[in-house]
Amino acid sequence: MPQLVLFWILAPISIVAAFGMVLARNAVHSALFLIVTFFSLAVAFLALGSPFLFVVQIIVYAGAIMVLFLFVIMLLGVDREESMRERIAGQRWMALLLGLGLLAEVTAAVRLGIGIRTRAAGDFNVLVNHGDNVRALAGVLFNGYFLPFEVTSVLLIVAAVGVILHARRRHGDGGPLDRADAPPGEPLPLEEPGGSTPVDPESAGVSGAAGPVGAAR
Amino acid sequence: MIPAATLPHPPLVFGPLSPELVLVGAGLLVMLIDALRPGNTGRFLASLTFAGIVAAGIAAALLWNWHGPTLVLGGMIAADRYSVFFRLVILVVAAIAVVLSQHYLERSGEYRGEYYALLLFATAGMTLITASADLIMVFLALEILSLSLYLMTGFSFRRLASAEAAMKYFLLGAFSSAFFLFGLALAYGATGTTNLAGIATRLLFTLAPTQPRGVLLPSPALALVAAAFLGIGFAFKVSVVPFHMWTPDAYQGAPTPVTAFMSAGTKVAAFAAFLRVYTVAFGPLTNDWRPILVVLAALTMVVGSVLAIAQRDVKRMLAYSSVAHAGFILTAVAAGTAEGVRDAMFYLAVYAVTIVAAFGIVMLVSVRGERNLSLDDYRGLARRSPFLGGGLAVLLLSMAGIPPTSGFVAKVAVFSAAVRAGFWPLVLVAVLASVVAAFFYLRLIVVMYMREPEVAAAPAGETVLTRLAVGLPVAATVLLGVLPGVLFDVLAHPSVLPLGGFGFGL
Repeated sequence: MPQLVLFWILAPISIVAAFGMVLARNAVHSALFLIVTFFSLAVAFLALGSPFLFVVQIIVYAGAIMVLFLFVIMLLGVDREESMRERIAGQRWMALLLGLGLLAEVTAAVRLGIGIRTRAAGDFNVLVNHGDNVRALAGVLFNGYFLPFEVTSVLLIVAAVGVILHARRRHGDGGPLDRADAPPGEPLPLEEPGGSTPVDPESAGVSGAAGPVGAAR
Repeated sequence: MIPAATLPHPPLVFGPLSPELVLVGAGLLVMLIDALRPGNTGRFLASLTFAGIVAAGIAAALLWNWHGPTLVLGGMIAADRYSVFFRLVILVVAAIAVVLSQHYLERSGEYRGEYYALLLFATAGMTLITASADLIMVFLALEILSLSLYLMTGFSFRRLASAEAAMKYFLLGAFSSAFFLFGLALAYGATGTTNLAGIATRLLFTLAPTQPRGVLLPSPALALVAAAFLGIGFAFKVSVVPFHMWTPDAYQGAPTPVTAFMSAGTKVAAFAAFLRVYTVAFGPLTNDWRPILVVLAALTMVVGSVLAIAQRDVKRMLAYSSVAHAGFILTAVAAGTAEGVRDAMFYLAVYAVTIVAAFGIVMLVSVRGERNLSLDDYRGLARRSPFLGGGLAVLLLSMAGIPPTSGFVAKVAVFSAAVRAGFWPLVLVAVLASVVAAFFYLRLIVVMYMREPEVAAAPAGETVLTRLAVGLPVAATVLLGVLPGVLFDVLAHPSVLPLGGFGFGL
């Protein structure tokens, strides 16, 4: 019963905050709304008997990731307005239509595939949390799934190498990309036969006859 | 505290993972040496990388006669010949890519020690995915290889085209990963397991409730949606229309040796996982996914071939041709038979060797960096350099599917698999697409052989190693065209099929 009460308090808050996040004009407001969503979800996890997810949700999402978000927003400038102009005509309506279609499809598939239960299948704490949520999770993570756990470290190494590669420049590497080389203004064309790429100062015009790389002539 | 003894863990059989352990170990060693000896020239690290790949190749070859358990490390890794076959193909591609990269980076002055580490990690991801027997492993391996390739694509970050290619590849790739992850979650929701064989077992119970007791599901609808989402993830990686948008930009903008590596490696690795997931996990649903793949295959062949005609840039043309080839391979996959899997394996091996050498020759014609990439720059190439011109001509004939090259045998094989499965309209489309595709391959050959060169000098700078790196694949292309039995005999063995596939009798 207390679970149900908590749910009806938390669910509206998280949904309202999620809408607020998407609709807010100011990026910082969006980020703050997202934190509200994260927190209400975290409490919901706690109510469902998953203290580990509760802690992770707050430390990792509300903590680390949100700080990163705000950092990037501040770095780019708080009052920067995102252009809402559509670049491909009718894209917004198509996206809405296809998104709703996907939602309907997945909902129907879930309904048909496993059914939607109106009452709990059993006591979660007995079925899944053998004694203790954190311990049960550790049992799964470090026993049956220990290999994926280890392999994730390789993935993290690759990400770290990538950051180093792009952050550390040696003497003589020059600055970052030379913006002056980019074609002015217009967004880059998405894709078309013989699509053009920006003029490349190193390779254009080297072989005498060559024009811009890849440009249809 | 619970005592350690009460925590059971799966037996630690690391044997079937030895190629990946060698590759990742070599990658870490490369990073360490690069950090400790900042002034190194790159030749040493390239040799070390090459040695690591050869060692991984030996480790993989030894696994061919693996006698231990077939599923190890908690059911995550399959120790079957299917994975050994694909690992060897990928390692051959990687070895060629190392030689090409060393040449390219030294001449363009873009060498950084991280490059070889990324190459090794990407290779490890590619080989790991071929052996993954669990959707979570497939996802992790896919991410390792993708992340490494995003970075390698943008490696020449001072060149705007390279950065743009990396950006597009990254954004669309991340998008496809999200689809894959969604599919993974739905597959788990539908069947309660992420293990490929386990999913198949649960689906069998659902489809045939008279089977021995299992967990009955009301309908396979959720599993079908899961299969579709996972398929979207794979379709992105192997560039199947309409998920091919990134391919031409990424292939064109990436440094040419990276293009060579990823065009061959990603396609082989992603198709290996695609085949395994669809024939093993979703094997019971074969009749449901077949028609979808038939449509995608037809669309891919036609769009890839037609758009390639319009290209004046050789790298972009080969990119569209690789889209078309994904369609040809999909033709065999769509057959949904053991024969189709074998023929797809043959096609992938042949195609990987061909495309890596073709981009290698494009790189040698460029001489330094990204130059001489338009069709006009290939005028009279055969006269200026009979080796490069002749080699590229053989490779193009193979891609066009003209005898006596291996590409011809591969095409015949995939077409016959589709015909035997009853998909002759698809094969009709495929043959027509081949004819269209032959046009742009032959156009390049005509330009190379029958047009007067504008400059008389041959592209300079070939070394013995680069000649070997593109010469051996050319020789293999002809050899496999004349004696395809060498490879088909290997593939004829029943144990070469993915573990647990085709055991459903549906």
